[in-house]
Amino acid sequence: MRRRVFLIAGIVLVALVVGIALVSLFWTPFPAADTTGGRLEGPGAHHLLGTDKLGRDLLTRLMIGARIAVAVGLGAVALGAVVGGVAGLLAGFANRWLDDTLAALLDILIAFPTLLLAMLVVAARGASLGSAIVAIGLAMSAIVARLTRVLVKRVLAMDYVTLARTSGVSWPRIVTAHVLPNIWPTMAVNLALQFGLAVLAEASLSYLGLGPPPPNASWGRLLQEAQSTVLTAPIGAIAPGVLLVVLVVGVNLLADGLRDVADPTRRGHR
Amino acid sequence: MTRYLVRRAALLVGTLLLASVVLFLILRLLPGDPANALLSVGATPDQVAAARHQIGTDRPLPAQFGHWLSQLATLHFGDSFVSSLPVGPEIVSRLSVTVPLTLSAFVLAVVVAVPVGFLAAHRAHTWYGALAGLVSQLGIAVPAFWLGLLLVWVFALNLRVLPAGGFPPDGWSSFPDAFRALVLPVVTVALVMAASLIRYVRSATLDVLGSDHLRTARALGSSFAGAMWRHGVRNAAVPVVSVLGIELATTFLGAVVIESVFALPGLGSMLVRGIAQHDYPVIQGVLFVSTFAVLVVGFLADVAQRFIDPRLRGGLVR
Repeated sequence: MRRRVFLIAGIVLVALVVGIALVSLFWTPFPAADTTGGRLEGPGAHHLLGTDKLGRDLLTRLMIGARIAVAVGLGAVALGAVVGGVAGLLAGFANRWLDDTLAALLDILIAFPTLLLAMLVVAARGASLGSAIVAIGLAMSAIVARLTRVLVKRVLAMDYVTLARTSGVSWPRIVTAHVLPNIWPTMAVNLALQFGLAVLAEASLSYLGLGPPPPNASWGRLLQEAQSTVLTAPIGAIAPGVLLVVLVVGVNLLADGLRDVADPTRRGHR
Repeated sequence: MTRYLVRRAALLVGTLLLASVVLFLILRLLPGDPANALLSVGATPDQVAAARHQIGTDRPLPAQFGHWLSQLATLHFGDSFVSSLPVGPEIVSRLSVTVPLTLSAFVLAVVVAVPVGFLAAHRAHTWYGALAGLVSQLGIAVPAFWLGLLLVWVFALNLRVLPAGGFPPDGWSSFPDAFRALVLPVVTVALVMAASLIRYVRSATLDVLGSDHLRTARALGSSFAGAMWRHGVRNAAVPVVSVLGIELATTFLGAVVIESVFALPGLGSMLVRGIAQHDYPVIQGVLFVSTFAVLVVGFLADVAQRFIDPRLRGGLVR
């Protein structure tokens, strides 16, 4: 029951940010590049949350930041799931030698943290929304691949797979009928957690100036710009961080809740 | 145990070699010409060729790789493409900021997280356990740089008790200033690290508290503290030590962002600069030293686990 509460709280928090992101596609209080407001205005009737040091409306920038956070999360997870999933499946099915090589390679790739790999990709491709998604998605795919490999191996060791093989079922059929249905619940939970990590990684990249450029900047960039004016306009240095935490806590709660739904043996426990 | 040490050390060297290959290839396969770092806009093809020759990127990849390995073997990381200064000494001087930052944050995080995590498990069904869970759930969602920014706002700008950033130019020679400069960065990193550590300590403690051997020890008349000391701590420590290794490595590399929040002249800001300038020797040098540190920490964590838990000795199996 308490778990159900967490799941619902997760859905509400995520829906809030996704809702803001969707609305920003059709309407924002001001155009993104509008600098007609006064500099560092406090919250008021005209600019609900005030303006930044260039006179841009903070609410507008926050809404666009929500759109970017959700886009990066979804894009990186999609890329990581496809690349990592395929690599993991291959390793899981491969012969001993190829599997050992892939496993060692993945261990080394994982030793480089996501952020460093992402910085390298951004350095080469230039800072943009696409770079951020590619960079974080590729870094994530090593983690996804390692998980997929372990899960696939576990399923392939099952007696019913051996039975299917000996009765002449083809490998593609085994993947669709036995492997994927068994591994997707764990994969889904893990990908939800990865979504949160991707959003945090993008915020860090943007904070370092390696994210999408203004006026369509992400929350990380907003925080970086607000750092120098935190004393006079604290709301600009607080609001983007609060939204980040709301989104990440939301997906983490969602992932926890999903795990309980996906795995009936956990129901009724702590 | 000796045999294990030898095999594990061989694995360490092998991984390091493989990592240096991966590092080298990733940098070379990415698009972008490092020669541009030396040139102004509108350079003639001749100038480009001369610049490539000067930094050696006109040579075939195997030759470049051989050069890089021979440099590594002599612990010489080459000269920066941009400043022509040797990379090695700069890495050493920057480590004098990054290493104290990482290690103090690590120690502080362990000192906070172990008792809090233990109590969160021991009193799992009280308000204290729920609060510890909530704090660590929030903690893993808070980006480190935002926490740093908030701490600067409160302690440096409002209360004015600590500096907002920077590091004394003469480094540790002016110890009080250097110490004060590192307080906020260390607290920031430690808090973020502690948040995730608490979760591991809590779940490792819960596993031990629910174990049959602890219950038996209690049934045979041992006090809770005695049973925990004899049977609990070692068992709970094994998974925690392996996480500690990963956490320490992550923090060392995660210092990139924190160093830029506090304008610290550490390894992280050196890497950011190297990436911005396509300065391959700088990027390679910093990443190699970081990878080396990460792998050595992993090695130490594995060895420590075997000291703690005799059942793990005897093979490379986990």
